[in-house]
Amino acid sequence: MNNPSSTAARNTAALDRYRTMRRIRSFEERVGELFLRGESAGSMLHLSIGEEGVVGVTDAMAQGDSFTTHHRGHGVFLARGADPVRMLAEIAGREDGYCRGKGGSMHIADRALGHLGANAIVGGGIPHVVGAGLSYRNQASGQVSAAFFGDGAMQQGILYEAMNMAALWRLPVVFCCINNQYGMGTRIDRAAASVDFVARAEAFGLAGVSADGADVEAVYAAAQDVFAGARAGRPGFIEVSAYRFHGHARMDKSPYRTAEEEAEGRRRDPLARARDRLIAEGLADAVDLDRLDAEAGAEMDRALAQATGAPLPPLASMFEDVYDPTTPAPEPLRHRLARILNA
Amino acid sequence: MSETTYREALRAALEDAMDQDPAILLIGEEVGLYGGAYGVSRGLLDRFGPDRVIDAPISEPAIVGTAVGAAMTGSRPVAELMYVDFAGLVMDQLANQAAKSRYMFGGQIAVPMVLRTQGGTGRSAAAQHSQSLEAWFLHTPGLRLVMPATVNDAYHLLRAALTQPDPVVFIEHKGLYTLKGAWDRGRPDAGWGEALVRRPGRDLTIVTYSRMLHESLAAADTLAARGIDAEVIDLRCLNPLDEATMVASVRRTGRVMVVSEGVLTGGVAAELSARLQELCFDQLEEPILRIAGEDIPIPVSPDLERASIPSAGLIVEAAGQLMRREVAAWAR
Repeated sequence: MNNPSSTAARNTAALDRYRTMRRIRSFEERVGELFLRGESAGSMLHLSIGEEGVVGVTDAMAQGDSFTTHHRGHGVFLARGADPVRMLAEIAGREDGYCRGKGGSMHIADRALGHLGANAIVGGGIPHVVGAGLSYRNQASGQVSAAFFGDGAMQQGILYEAMNMAALWRLPVVFCCINNQYGMGTRIDRAAASVDFVARAEAFGLAGVSADGADVEAVYAAAQDVFAGARAGRPGFIEVSAYRFHGHARMDKSPYRTAEEEAEGRRRDPLARARDRLIAEGLADAVDLDRLDAEAGAEMDRALAQATGAPLPPLASMFEDVYDPTTPAPEPLRHRLARILNA
Repeated sequence: MSETTYREALRAALEDAMDQDPAILLIGEEVGLYGGAYGVSRGLLDRFGPDRVIDAPISEPAIVGTAVGAAMTGSRPVAELMYVDFAGLVMDQLANQAAKSRYMFGGQIAVPMVLRTQGGTGRSAAAQHSQSLEAWFLHTPGLRLVMPATVNDAYHLLRAALTQPDPVVFIEHKGLYTLKGAWDRGRPDAGWGEALVRRPGRDLTIVTYSRMLHESLAAADTLAARGIDAEVIDLRCLNPLDEATMVASVRRTGRVMVVSEGVLTGGVAAELSARLQELCFDQLEEPILRIAGEDIPIPVSPDLERASIPSAGLIVEAAGQLMRREVAAWAR
């Protein structure tokens, strides 16, 4: 779908992006349901509803590109091809999950799809893409590595160390900030003296651009340039503005935001915007889109049912994958106690 | 078999390993043009070029984070942390990222990197450049931890670290770089994760690692002249830990001192003592003694610095007391 040459292809791509965004929203709604049913393994769930415009960035990536995400990364991973069944299984702590029920919502990864890991430390995954860029440069592989993070990470020092290194060494790296205006409950203007994030990136020698996350096609156009530059050794930064429709985590009712502000923020809905545009441009009609919406919902319902029916991991798996499987696993405490007490 | 220095053995290990494995990269402050703050990577920039020997800005967290990402994507990075004291800056990348990635991601993503660093006293480098912080790493599942004491181990344990599938923290001792010793490029003293009895003895066991091995061996010589036959065990690796070699020795001697340069409280010596107590309880004739660093920051003045960590003299005095032979001045 990248670099469409014909109008028909471009139209298909726009419709595909709408479908991907709808699938993300349907997925996140099921994640919320999983939590309300008490079937989520983790207490920490961060929904990306309202941030679906990031699909414009993931669509500008090529097959083989890698990425890391922050704790609010379900959408990015789905857009890069994740299997919603394995994602939901992981979130529900099941054996069939992407990480065999060891990671959960905040630590999903899939090597095969280039996902080097979601991270629960704000900014923690950012320098990993610099290292990946170093590997790709030395391997002359043509791959790009992208870090996805929120506006909270814009205040973490390691971001600037990583930006400096990426620019200094001209690595195939993209930094993508999904600016949803809030780091947990702190609005961005209460956390940053200047919110001109593009200027910060440019100060490090990165190509910087800000895109309106409510307009996925504008995001896509901007991201294509950023990724093309990165692939040629000019690392870049892209800010995708968004509004987090829900609270920070599932229990957060956002008492720090006014109803008026939330209503205004939700009017900047990337899905509604894309739908209107597809209809206005004659690329789809309301019936087509309603059907597509229903398909996405049905897909995620099936995924939810399948994931919650998956087995829980056996207790003994707790000791696996601390170290490489060719080396001894840690000794279980009860085993050790028996060894001491029976001596 | 030839003789070389600990520094040169480390340099040769990097050179030989980089020769054999093109995926190995060095990244750190002053590792290239300067040749390493302690000269360990001298000449490697010329030999392997700037794509593989990478001078990094003073950004320790991102140096380690970059190594993590490089290790995830087919490289085998050696990140150099100039002083172990800078661990405070990099613990997120080390303890939350490198150590946990394999586990959190269900075994999919390995981080085969080596963090080379150095620690310890001996150069009047004061409180922020002289610590022994191995306990911080030992307390983190997922990290391997190696502390070579000899020239041959410096070479072979670093070569072995560079074949490990998991992240390795490799801590050199700044007081050992000029140490001369036997070096056999073709033959390690022992395998990865194996402790070594460096001096056999019947009367008591001294368990130690890193530079304290040399203080312990010197103490054992003095004790031998006084009729006390001490067995000295060099752990070499703290993770994986060779519990069996320690336990076999202590069950035989019934007396043990654990000697470590790190501070006493919450330290490696405490962990080793607990394990020996659990597994040798019936054979112990005396309390397990921890001969460790004083619970203070390292002072700069040379006499104070020396007095803040264990010495051969202190080991001898404590052993004499433990064997009920002599009463040290400080015990009267």
